[in-house]
Amino acid sequence: MDEEYKILKQGAEAKLYMCNYLGKPTLIKERFKKNYRHSDLDTSITKERIKNEARSIVRCKTAGVKTPCLYLVDFERRRIYMQHFEESITVKDFIINVVSKNQINSSGETDSIKVLDVVAKMIGEAVRKMHENNIIHGDLTSSNMLLVPKSPTGAIDDSKWLDIDNLELVMIDFGLSFIDSSTEDKGVDLYVLERALISTHNDFPDLFSKILESYRNFSKNNVKEVLCKFEEVRARGRKRTMVG
Amino acid sequence: MVIAIGFEGSANKLGIGIVRNGEILANCRRTYITPPGEGFLPRETAEHHQQNIHKVLQEALDESGILPQDIDVVCYTKGPGMGAPLMVCAIVARTCAKLWNKPILGVNHCIGHIEMGRLITKANNPTVLYVSGGNTQIIAYSRKRYRIFGETIDIAVGNCLDRFARVLKLSNAPSPGYNIEQAAKKGKKYLHLPYCVKGMDVSFSGILSYMEDKIEDLLKEYTPEDLCYSLQETVFAMLVEITERAMAHCSSDEVLIVGGVGCNERLQEMMGVMCAERGSKIFATDERFCIDNGVMIAHAGALAFESGTRMDFKDTTITQRFRTDDVLVTWRDD
Repeated sequence: MDEEYKILKQGAEAKLYMCNYLGKPTLIKERFKKNYRHSDLDTSITKERIKNEARSIVRCKTAGVKTPCLYLVDFERRRIYMQHFEESITVKDFIINVVSKNQINSSGETDSIKVLDVVAKMIGEAVRKMHENNIIHGDLTSSNMLLVPKSPTGAIDDSKWLDIDNLELVMIDFGLSFIDSSTEDKGVDLYVLERALISTHNDFPDLFSKILESYRNFSKNNVKEVLCKFEEVRARGRKRTMVG
Repeated sequence: MVIAIGFEGSANKLGIGIVRNGEILANCRRTYITPPGEGFLPRETAEHHQQNIHKVLQEALDESGILPQDIDVVCYTKGPGMGAPLMVCAIVARTCAKLWNKPILGVNHCIGHIEMGRLITKANNPTVLYVSGGNTQIIAYSRKRYRIFGETIDIAVGNCLDRFARVLKLSNAPSPGYNIEQAAKKGKKYLHLPYCVKGMDVSFSGILSYMEDKIEDLLKEYTPEDLCYSLQETVFAMLVEITERAMAHCSSDEVLIVGGVGCNERLQEMMGVMCAERGSKIFATDERFCIDNGVMIAHAGALAFESGTRMDFKDTTITQRFRTDDVLVTWRDD
């Protein structure tokens, strides 16, 4: 039966298959066994991550953050079944392939940059909504965010990704997520995002500051403490490269 | 043809090496070893380097058969590292440069490890796992910089292992990490420890304080060997996991392990299994080149010197904090 599934992608820790589950396009995420690590450790890590992922997806729904719908969890086969967005692009690919290539268009205006600003705002708001609900993503990178058209476009070129009014941001990959109310974990979550963006998108150096700005402005609820903690985590980071 | 001499002394290893176009002519080293249960402190380490550096320099010159006038550039570790020991090497390097009337170049210690690893293993464009007593970084090259994709957010993995060796009062000779590795080979019973991966970053301080707090209770149920084994299995699994993430992120199919912890054979074995499953290649070196040495400084300095990098004498200072991605990689064109 497994042979019928079409493998979509093999990531670092899971294989992704496409299938049809109860008439819906479905993505199966299978966390395959890692032979390099002790089998007890492997089993406990895998079980914990499947649980985290399922839990956070559901919690995000109540927080108003868009995620794929959860269909089924199968611990035996180390699988999660969830909604598959057939028309989607990761924010990473969006920045590298769409924004960079469409920077100078016929009107001479760099409108893809404006689109990126809106995307940055959406990211800041989504992360803030998660943190307000004590959801720590744990692996915030531009590969773990998708842009999905609100209504199907059918377009084959990049234009659909520049029509910002028809796009929404979907957060994925909650394997490293957990629930915690501490400012420390929120600060680290932001720091992980900053580091990921610096290393991957160094040609857009102010991307993170725009995300942070929308994170800050989204609501007034004690955001100061989180941002102070974030600065502290950052400082710890700079101090770290000490002894060779 | 560039002949370079390198002075390294950022931590408890004092090394002087001489290279000629990537050919190693001398690789001399002394290690400051402290009693069991103690770590090395800056002042004592600097004194050790002071007392040994002239002897090591003479040894390196004798071994290489090179005369001071044949040398093209004097290289030394500018940072990162402990201030006082760094200073000892910098002063001797500056004195040599003046005496011999040669140009001088400060080198980033981490870049030294990476270039040494590439030279020895012939890895072309690998994802680099740099693991030592002071650093834990996942590095990949992109557009003239070695960029840090993941790192520890608190203590280095080698620091975690060293400090756990102190808790168990293991010997510091030849190194605490080596003794943990040997003890771990006899461990059987696996203890679940905190496992802390945050994106491509890792954290080790929680594991260490967990072990430190509970050590007396743990020793009732587990042997010290079991604990070494469990610690290694846990922290290395974390390192292999973030390396795999970084490889997936950068679409890379080579891994190079450098730094003192890199000569741990269990780490190399686990990384090898991961690479085999991905169809990737693993590159690692042995203790002659993994552990801090002078050759790596000489080689990295020679590469920079050949590609035109120069340093004014007034800039030949040291710095305790010097990030890998601060260095402009002038010698790579890819």
